[in-house]
Amino acid sequence: MNAPAEIQSHTISVLVANEPGILARVVGLFSGRGYNIESLTVAETDAKESLSRITIVTKGTPMIIEQIKAQLDRLVPVHRVRDLTVEGPHIERELALVKVKGVGEKRVEALRLADVFRAKVIDAKTDSFVFEVTGTTGKVQTFIGLMESLGVVDVGRTGIVAMSRGGEPL
Amino acid sequence: MKPEEPATTGADLLVKALIDEDVEVVFGYPGGAVLPIYDSLFKQNRLRHILVRHEQAAVHAAEGYARSTGKVGVVLVTSGPGATNAVTGLTDALMDSIPIICLTGQVPTHLIGNDAFQEADTTGITRPCTKHNYLVKAVGNLARTVHEAFYVARSGRPGPVVIDLPKDVLMNKHDYVAPPKVAAEHKSYRPQTKPDLRKIEQAVEMIAGAKRPVFYVGGGVINSGPKASKLLAQFVRMTGYPITNTLMGLGAFPASDKQFLGMLGMHGTYEANLAMHGCDVMINIGARFDDRITGNLTKFSPGSKKIHIDIDPSSINKSVRVDLAIIGDATLALEEMIKVWKARQPKVDLKALKAWWAEIETWRARNCLAYKTGGETIKPQFALERLYHHIKNTDHYITTEVGQHQMWAAQFLKFEQPNRWMTSGGLGTMGYGFPAAMGVQIAHPDALVIDVAGEASILMNIQELSTVAQYNLPVKIFILNNHYMGMVRQWQELLHGGRYSESYSESLPDFVKLADAFGAVGLRCHEPDKLDGVIEEMIKTKRPVVVDVLVDEAENCFPMIPSGAAHNEMLLGPDDKAGKVSEEGMVLV
Ligand SMILES: Cc1cc2nc3c(=O)[nH]c(=O)nc-3n(C[C@H](O)[C@H](O)[C@H](O)COP(=O)(O)OP(=O)(O)OC[C@H]3O[C@@H](n4cnc5c(N)ncnc54)[C@H](O)[C@@H]3O)c2cc1C
Ligand SMILES: Cc1ncc(C[n+]2csc(CCOP(=O)(O)OP(=O)(O)O)c2C)c(N)n1
Ligand SMILES: [Mg+2]
Repeated sequence: MNAPAEIQSHTISVLVANEPGILARVVGLFSGRGYNIESLTVAETDAKESLSRITIVTKGTPMIIEQIKAQLDRLVPVHRVRDLTVEGPHIERELALVKVKGVGEKRVEALRLADVFRAKVIDAKTDSFVFEVTGTTGKVQTFIGLMESLGVVDVGRTGIVAMSRGGEPL
Repeated sequence: MKPEEPATTGADLLVKALIDEDVEVVFGYPGGAVLPIYDSLFKQNRLRHILVRHEQAAVHAAEGYARSTGKVGVVLVTSGPGATNAVTGLTDALMDSIPIICLTGQVPTHLIGNDAFQEADTTGITRPCTKHNYLVKAVGNLARTVHEAFYVARSGRPGPVVIDLPKDVLMNKHDYVAPPKVAAEHKSYRPQTKPDLRKIEQAVEMIAGAKRPVFYVGGGVINSGPKASKLLAQFVRMTGYPITNTLMGLGAFPASDKQFLGMLGMHGTYEANLAMHGCDVMINIGARFDDRITGNLTKFSPGSKKIHIDIDPSSINKSVRVDLAIIGDATLALEEMIKVWKARQPKVDLKALKAWWAEIETWRARNCLAYKTGGETIKPQFALERLYHHIKNTDHYITTEVGQHQMWAAQFLKFEQPNRWMTSGGLGTMGYGFPAAMGVQIAHPDALVIDVAGEASILMNIQELSTVAQYNLPVKIFILNNHYMGMVRQWQELLHGGRYSESYSESLPDFVKLADAFGAVGLRCHEPDKLDGVIEEMIKTKRPVVVDVLVDEAENCFPMIPSGAAHNEMLLGPDDKAGKVSEEGMVLV
């Protein structure tokens, strides 16, 4: 019955009333109960109804994941909780800004790599670039990893936003 | 001409909203931030205010009031220290699912965040210890927020809700908003109360097919209202199956019924725990597989199929995986199960049931609550047996503090009805019982209300003697005085080599003189043959009474399942040694 269960990663979308303290409620729930947060993003997505969407990537045994969803759903301002990982195919994206400082050959190589990853140059100085790269977490990580040796000085990442495939809303 | 000025201040709106929510009593303590509310209270006579002597006691009193009436308990405290003092009570109410509204004063909105005088981040502090909380930033939202808060506190799995009220919001003016006529359709909070009928049918099938069944019933049935207990008794008797109650569930099923096995868990009966261990179908209604119940999870009732009926989906599969989960209100679920059972007239395996009962009777025959009588000293169990003898035919309510006396009260007092037993189960808050008893007495002025206490616990809210004196609340405090934090001493004896570190109750007050000093009546008893007389006098006295019963200092509470052990590894008495406590168990509480 209680055999050691495997740890799984789940991406959970939570639709919440956009009111003061809502993020603290969600984050406090995770820290208070010792759940993991691998990534968390939040922004208002429906201004008319004043709703925000929180995307959380978390890890745990199947029993813990079930608890996390039940606990989230029980918060009064939470409208909907969806586990994208179990509900079928979905898409995950992340955006990163990567500042690279360097001159000469390194600078050229950075531009070449950016091209391969379809990263955009959004700021340029004679000795630096800021790249904007979007994609799965894996792609973003690989890009940052490759840039490392070419002089990365600053990285900012959004965390994951996710959505199910097909025509259904959350 | 100017449009009509809204005539009502926030404070007046608040009082009106409380009255519209059927509130009759508020337990509170004043301070600068809530002066406008106290002014509004002064100008009316619908709401009664009970002035406690510490804000923690206000919350416990409201809990006692709520648990004994089924209504929402209401608390009013000032900002800063008033709010922080309420935190223990709020946490207690959250753990035990008690509906509470706690109104906290707050500094005016323009000062929030400035470290203003008596400012505390009350919504921040109480977020993890409430079901929900609100900071009202505009008087226009006040009445609506109050109505919503009551809906949240009492619906679904009940719990405490804080409404933080900045002083300017209380003084600004606005029109009143009445509570919604139909039960509020909250935008996002809509707990499921109706059970899934297909699952009810499945449950009935599993129950009917059982050979070694047991009902495991908890506080959720009490939360659901007295009707749930009636239906429970009806259903359990229809099946003829054994039933056990958790500490929080005591009274949900009549203790005197033959089918009742007593309480289960760490200090539960031998028969209840072995029935749980050996059953093939477990029917959990409104209980949450607490660790005081399950003991070692890997060894918990290994051979059973488990049905779990609970209104809160987060209670399902939290620590124990169940085979059939039914989300819904206990009353509705029981109603449906009875209907299906009646319609199907299932054939129970009577032969198997008879064999199961025969096995249970052999466990029962161990008489696990037996204790060695004390000779010259009063055994705490004996004191409670005598107490029960004298109160059993009265209209009575029992509260407790926390410790051995609490467990003995659960074992030796019998509860025939719901809402008669208030104890701090989940948080285990010493200092709960006395203020809770005040709240019960306010709700039931003519009933006999007794706080079964320990000498250590009672000191945690002893200041409330002043409150019971002021309102002449005839609450009885029945102290089982063993001169120890007995429950701590018991663990030190069993788990820490008898090193009684800091668990002796040093320098106790003279409780008789203490009662006298507060204007209550003090009685003392140390001889077993005088006990009946003292109890009679306590009951007869229509004033607050403190009874100091000096009991055997060395007595331990059995049965006991040590932490980390399984139900069938129970210690039955002082001669069972705790070699059974594993290292793994030592780290548990
Ligand atoms: C010193 C000490 C020793 C203790 N020893 C024991 C012991 O030996 N045995 C014991 O039993 N306890 C013991 N306890 C108490 C224990 O800690 C728990 O508080 C208790 O077991 C929980 O009871 P419960 O499972 O009935 O749940 P509760 O805390 O009463 O929870 C109620 C459950 O019912 C659900 N519910 C609420 N409303 C409804 C509704 N309308 N319909 C359906 N479901 C609903 C809730 O969601 C929740 O899951 C002890 C406590 C202390 C302080
Ligand atoms: C507020 C609080 N502090 C500490 C504890 C830990 N604790 C549990 S029981 C107990 C001793 C209680 O002693 P007493 O009231 O004399 O009861 P007894 O066990 O002797 O019957 C203590 C300290 C607690 N439950 N609550
Ligand atoms: Mg004691």
